[in-house]
Amino acid sequence: MKINDVILKTVVKGVVLIILTFSIYLFLSGHHTPGGGFIGGLVMASAFVLLFLTYDVETVSEGIPISFKKMSAVGVLISVSSATAPIFWGEPFLSQNFGYFDLPIFGKTELATVTIFEAGIALTVVGVVVNIILSISEGSNKWKA
Amino acid sequence: MLLFYILFPLFVALGITIVSSKIRREFLGWIAFSVPVVLFALFARHIPTISSSEAIRTTFSWIPSYGIDLTFLLDGLSLIFVLLITGVGALVILYSIYYLSSKDSFAHFYTYLLLFMTAMLGVVLSDNIIVLYVFWEFTSISSFLLIAFWFHRKNSRNGAIKSLLITMSGGFTMLAGFLMLHVMTDSFSLRVILAELPQLTDHTLFYPAMALLLIGAFTKSAQFPFHIWLPDAMEAPTPVSAYLHSATMVKAGIYLIARFTPGFGGDVYWFWVITCVGLVTLFWGSFNAVRQNDLKALLAFSTISQLGLIMTLLGIGSAGINPAIGEAKGLYTFALFTALFHLVNHSTFKGSLFMVVGIVDHQVGTRDLRRLGGLMRFLPFTFLLAMIGSFAMAGLPFFNGFLSKEMFLTAVLSIGDLPIYGGAQVGWLLVLVAWLASVFTFVYSMILVFRTFTGRPIVDEEYKVPQEASLGMLIPPGILGVLAIGLFFFPNLLSDYLLKPAVEVLVEDGAALAPKIYAWHGFNTELFLTLGIITLGIVAYLLLRKWRPYYQYIPSNWTFNTLFRSTLSGYERLGERVTMRYMNGNLPSYFLYIFSFFIIVMWTTWWIVGPINVTFDSPSSMTVYEGLLAVVMAAAAIAILFAHSRLTAILLNGVLGFSIAIFFVFFRAPDLALTQLVIEAVTTILFLVCFNYLPEWKVEKLSITKKVRNGLIAIAGGLTVTIVGLAVNNYTKFESISSFYENSYELAGGRNIVNAILGDFRAFDTMLEGLVLFIAGIGVFTLIRMRQKKGAEPRENQ
Repeated sequence: MKINDVILKTVVKGVVLIILTFSIYLFLSGHHTPGGGFIGGLVMASAFVLLFLTYDVETVSEGIPISFKKMSAVGVLISVSSATAPIFWGEPFLSQNFGYFDLPIFGKTELATVTIFEAGIALTVVGVVVNIILSISEGSNKWKA
Repeated sequence: MLLFYILFPLFVALGITIVSSKIRREFLGWIAFSVPVVLFALFARHIPTISSSEAIRTTFSWIPSYGIDLTFLLDGLSLIFVLLITGVGALVILYSIYYLSSKDSFAHFYTYLLLFMTAMLGVVLSDNIIVLYVFWEFTSISSFLLIAFWFHRKNSRNGAIKSLLITMSGGFTMLAGFLMLHVMTDSFSLRVILAELPQLTDHTLFYPAMALLLIGAFTKSAQFPFHIWLPDAMEAPTPVSAYLHSATMVKAGIYLIARFTPGFGGDVYWFWVITCVGLVTLFWGSFNAVRQNDLKALLAFSTISQLGLIMTLLGIGSAGINPAIGEAKGLYTFALFTALFHLVNHSTFKGSLFMVVGIVDHQVGTRDLRRLGGLMRFLPFTFLLAMIGSFAMAGLPFFNGFLSKEMFLTAVLSIGDLPIYGGAQVGWLLVLVAWLASVFTFVYSMILVFRTFTGRPIVDEEYKVPQEASLGMLIPPGILGVLAIGLFFFPNLLSDYLLKPAVEVLVEDGAALAPKIYAWHGFNTELFLTLGIITLGIVAYLLLRKWRPYYQYIPSNWTFNTLFRSTLSGYERLGERVTMRYMNGNLPSYFLYIFSFFIIVMWTTWWIVGPINVTFDSPSSMTVYEGLLAVVMAAAAIAILFAHSRLTAILLNGVLGFSIAIFFVFFRAPDLALTQLVIEAVTTILFLVCFNYLPEWKVEKLSITKKVRNGLIAIAGGLTVTIVGLAVNNYTKFESISSFYENSYELAGGRNIVNAILGDFRAFDTMLEGLVLFIAGIGVFTLIRMRQKKGAEPRENQ
């Protein structure tokens, strides 16, 4: 039986964009308001999963040629190396720093090194969650409609 | 600076992984080759500084609160090792470019090799024992990866696991020893520990720490009875064997013992244990090398034996540290000096011999002595190199091995003159063992050259006519061979620039006491011993066919290998039995264990810490919405018990999850609410994905007693959680730490306390959780995706 999922596909096209934007917003806002690397990563992962659910794996992988396995590895690498980096400046492992800068458009903005660390965490979360769900679903080979 | 030297190979390894698919494979080898060459030059630049007995030091703080700093120290002792690591490393990588076949993954090989280089440099340069330990285990891991490089072979995997198990458990033991040293001296710094140890000989932990340290060193350096991993490690590609398992990694134990000599040396047990273990290893290794038919196995046992020799010298030399030694101090400093000298010599001739065997294997297709012979006419240059290496190993004149072998005999003879430890009584026995071992060494050295290269050539149809190896494979052993000869004629050059500064590190005034090396000492006992070795050795080699068969009468069941295997399989069976007891695949029973454990732990804690204060006065009043939500949750929870389909149960479970999220909103924990919502969504998807795998939903059929038991545990669990919830506000045992985090804006620049904790205050947890998540992801991926397809060709055991 062929499932008619035109509505789902049409809606998802728009919704995914909103979820992705929201996830990036959550990621960046985590410093002062609810959000952060973990949640941002999870929301972003759920956007990808939604895509994979709606369309099949081949179609999505063609459109988004990202290896989620590598993404998680890169994420771990970023968070660990950003943790190690302070050693070279004579500070203890995992020291974070922040400062306030006057940027052209944004005005006075706070920039913090913790964002790099959180970006690593976010990438890890996205990579691992999507990778696990893809692995399990492909292993079953049944639910691709 | 030193930290950058150490990390340089690691960075290049990372780069190689990234670019590996873009560039040609040979090129990867040349990139890797440049690393040790550059490092060798950088380290060699320091030779003048170090030879004037200065040290170079760099410090970075790592965990300052525990006194664990990344302190690196380049002194005379480290310098010898770093030059060996980078020098032999360069030659080995050059050799491997021509050795590896087109089927092998260059990217993996060089990544592992460079990883090892970083680890090994870290071991010999660390001044902090914890940092040293970390690098030490890194060498074990990279060795594991390299031995299992041809992982489709069963023997490779077994050899890798064996070496990992033995060296890692040794490493753990060593860590315990290190911690004891920390307890004794209240410092992690090697310099401080070594300075304080001689005053602490009466400390209760002195001997336990020493014993644990020695086990670590003996496992790494393949000393009897831990030597069994080294022959199996020969499954690695030959460049790896030449590099890790003869020139560098197995010398880490020797480094450790040499490094701790100023601290523990001078103790009677340190002297006898190391000397005796060394001598037994020396003898057992050379005795077993003679019976091997595989050329690499022969070299493995010979390496074991030579490591024993160096170990013996370190043991004898430690007597020189004892203040009671008096005038004879120079004699025992001589032994330490010889140990370092032979260490360098061994790396030259054994490295070249491994490469020669690699050439034979590569060009002929076998390294079985029974199928080799007469290769001289096909591989003339290889023959020449084999001769240089073997003669140096046998201790013949005009090769560096002669010098250090003579000096070794002098050192062993000096035990008889030992004024302390009662050495005079047993001195002759040790000399006899050393002498016999040397005879066996001579015999297997001859087997290696003459059985392979002379005699009747075995060229049957299945073998191609061997061709001489390419220049790239001949140059590296050639350089080592030239060194082996060069060091015979100019040994004092090496001595002045490298050995004397190193001895100075080990013994006070070491450089002044160190001898000048002469090839000719006149007609003394050592010379007659050497003449005896050569004569008896030649006779034994000629009569080899007569006495070698007697080896088969040595019982094969009573070996350490059998012990290792049976212990391992015993543990596996035990582990399986215990695990199968509770891992029965039944989810309710898992919950049974988890909840029972939780209940027991909580109540025992309360029983030990004393009564807790449960109050029902709530700090805030309950609103209508909260009450309603609680009712909804309770109803959903009870309804799950009566659900008839899995989907209903899951939906009801979802109701619980989302209600908790709403509770978080009520109590102004938006971060938690967000996380809970997203997690709930992802879990639901995961469940959908897994739906296919799940068996049919069946009504549970349990006896009444079991049902009552389960019910009781469930109720007790709920009760415990409730009590915790009621008591948590009145808990005054410890001061609340939350006030610290309230300053998150000043301390971390963030207004969101939750994220300031996650990303800054307690970022270590977050980082490791990320790592664990990643490992779990890789685990799921490999378990599901890398499964063997049904009916596919088995990938294992080729």
